[in-house]
Amino acid sequence: MPSLIDLVQKGRKVRHHAPWPRAVIDSALWASTASELAQGRLSLLGLWGEPAMVHMAILDQEAAAIAVLSLDCPDGSYPSVGARHPPALRLERTINDLFGLSAEGLPDKRPWLDHDRWGVCFPLAGCVDVPVEASPYPFLTTIGEGVHQIAVGPVHAGIIEPGHFRFTASGETVVRLEQRLGYTHKGIEGLMTGATLERGVQLAGRVSGDSTVAYAYAFSKAAEAALQLVVPDRANWLRALLAELERLANHLGDIGAICNDASFALIHAHCSVLREAVLRAADLAFGHRLMRDIIVPGGVTRDLDEWGTKAIRAALNDIRLRFAVLVELYDNTASLQDRTVNTGVLKPALARQYAAGGYVGRASGRSFDARKTLVYPPYERLHFEVPVLNEGDVNARVWLRVREVVQSLSLVDQILRQLPEGPLISPAEPQPEAREGIAVVEGFRGDILVWLRVQEGLVERCHLRDPSWFQWPLLEAAIEGNIVADFPLCNKSFNCSYSGQDT
Amino acid sequence: MRRLFFESLFRPPLTEQAPAADDAAIAELARAVEVTARRRLGRSLSIREVDAGSCNGCELEIHALNNAYYDVERFGLRFVASPRHADVLMVTGPVTKNMRDALERTYHATPNPKWVVAVGDCARDGGCFAGSYAVVGGVSDVIPVDLHIPGCPPQPIAMLRGLLALLDRVDTGAAAP
Repeated sequence: MPSLIDLVQKGRKVRHHAPWPRAVIDSALWASTASELAQGRLSLLGLWGEPAMVHMAILDQEAAAIAVLSLDCPDGSYPSVGARHPPALRLERTINDLFGLSAEGLPDKRPWLDHDRWGVCFPLAGCVDVPVEASPYPFLTTIGEGVHQIAVGPVHAGIIEPGHFRFTASGETVVRLEQRLGYTHKGIEGLMTGATLERGVQLAGRVSGDSTVAYAYAFSKAAEAALQLVVPDRANWLRALLAELERLANHLGDIGAICNDASFALIHAHCSVLREAVLRAADLAFGHRLMRDIIVPGGVTRDLDEWGTKAIRAALNDIRLRFAVLVELYDNTASLQDRTVNTGVLKPALARQYAAGGYVGRASGRSFDARKTLVYPPYERLHFEVPVLNEGDVNARVWLRVREVVQSLSLVDQILRQLPEGPLISPAEPQPEAREGIAVVEGFRGDILVWLRVQEGLVERCHLRDPSWFQWPLLEAAIEGNIVADFPLCNKSFNCSYSGQDT
Repeated sequence: MRRLFFESLFRPPLTEQAPAADDAAIAELARAVEVTARRRLGRSLSIREVDAGSCNGCELEIHALNNAYYDVERFGLRFVASPRHADVLMVTGPVTKNMRDALERTYHATPNPKWVVAVGDCARDGGCFAGSYAVVGGVSDVIPVDLHIPGCPPQPIAMLRGLLALLDRVDTGAAAP
């Protein structure tokens, strides 16, 4: 079995790619890497295109190593990874939509993000104007006596993002769920090309609103890796503070919303109050409730003063006091547990195969957490645990969040206690030659990957991979055999991002 | 659970608890919304939220309108599940080309009289996504807009203020289609 380092050494290593290596390999090695992925020795972290090239980011979790492998495709095609390793399927369909590069042997040739509405085809590979003429999207068929379809979306009943769900049900039971996404595709990677780093980080912070901190964090780290920029200590610590506050706010909101989808409104009402407490503290401390546009390449744009610290401490003390009561209530309410236990079970083998990040992966036995596995500052100096459960049901995903709330509360405490003094930002100097950087940051939902190439201060190509890419397909699997009425519950427990996936 | 209910009985409501400036503003706005909404629409105004391509930031803050601090339902402002039940569409996001159809259909499914509130900077003109091959632009490029609430995302208090402004316009008959 070749290690990740062997794979890189067999190819031609690319200069100025940091912090992990990138190598250009041939199609035989590309295909054999796909087999390695299929056998589960390596994990797929990302797969994206350029006008005449495809890249895949690979993780060797045991060695905590990452590498990017690239394949030139001058004739517009490359051996399909998805044919051997299903997690790549939607990514390869997307590469075809955006670049017109076709994956040879790809079993699913349907478009993914392209709904025939853009008026152009292959928009990231030099647009070709095409008439706007929607062709029907063939959903997968299900055959059986008494099966019927339920079409939901793109406009849903709640205050949520748009997407289409096609259920095939037999009576109450879901036989198959098929998702159709792409409705919120904004062409962010297209807008990135030619953008300054300031605009780039602004766009990155708007890929998925609930992860605005994590995205700005990941983009900035990738840019800093490319430009060999050293971030001041205080900025690193403030970034972690922002990231943990974001995690807290989202987890608190999610725990409440999951209970609400099981018709238990009381916990939802109380959790919303706790979430609001975090947002108000963030507003007082950093001038924005979602802490948007604070992390930028080189550092952070805002300092934390005494008042901000006090506001955060007060909010956290309040949460500590009230959250434990809610957790106890969740644990002791049989009617609620009846809905969440054994519902929407995601098997650990699938979570591993898809390298599912965040609470989805960790509630199904996959221990990966970028803060722990890949260790970036200041997390090496902070004490925290990465909770892992094996049950994989809605209940496990609730408990995972509960335990992560406890960890984040402790992390914020530690950060506020140890926050070093010093400057907030180091200026970025444009480099004349092209430089590439990659970063993986643990957002509340899971690991966000950003890869970019900059030249003379401008972004030449930037790819942003949301954790949802490897979680959405698993929801299709987890819902199978559950009743239709439990779908909102399962969906909320996954809480995948539509906008992040659609980008 | 009984303990939580019991405590809630005796704890003062969260909206009136903190004496900070923004809380005072909420209370003031709240009173104004109440009077105007009742005059025009009795006790209810039903709102249907449509995400036409947003990053989800605006949705998070619209959700916050339902928490105990803002609690829009006390003014009869209610989020409903179908456009057929709605008086107001709150639309977020730059309208993506992939969502254009769905937004138009939702608008046409809403009975008259109806009003459209565009929420957030992107909803005005596409915001930072304007010019993309995948984006139409602002909400008014697709359906008529009665009011725009700026912000990225707008704070819940700004949305309350916006709904009040809409009600004022509705009252004078300026925007009724």
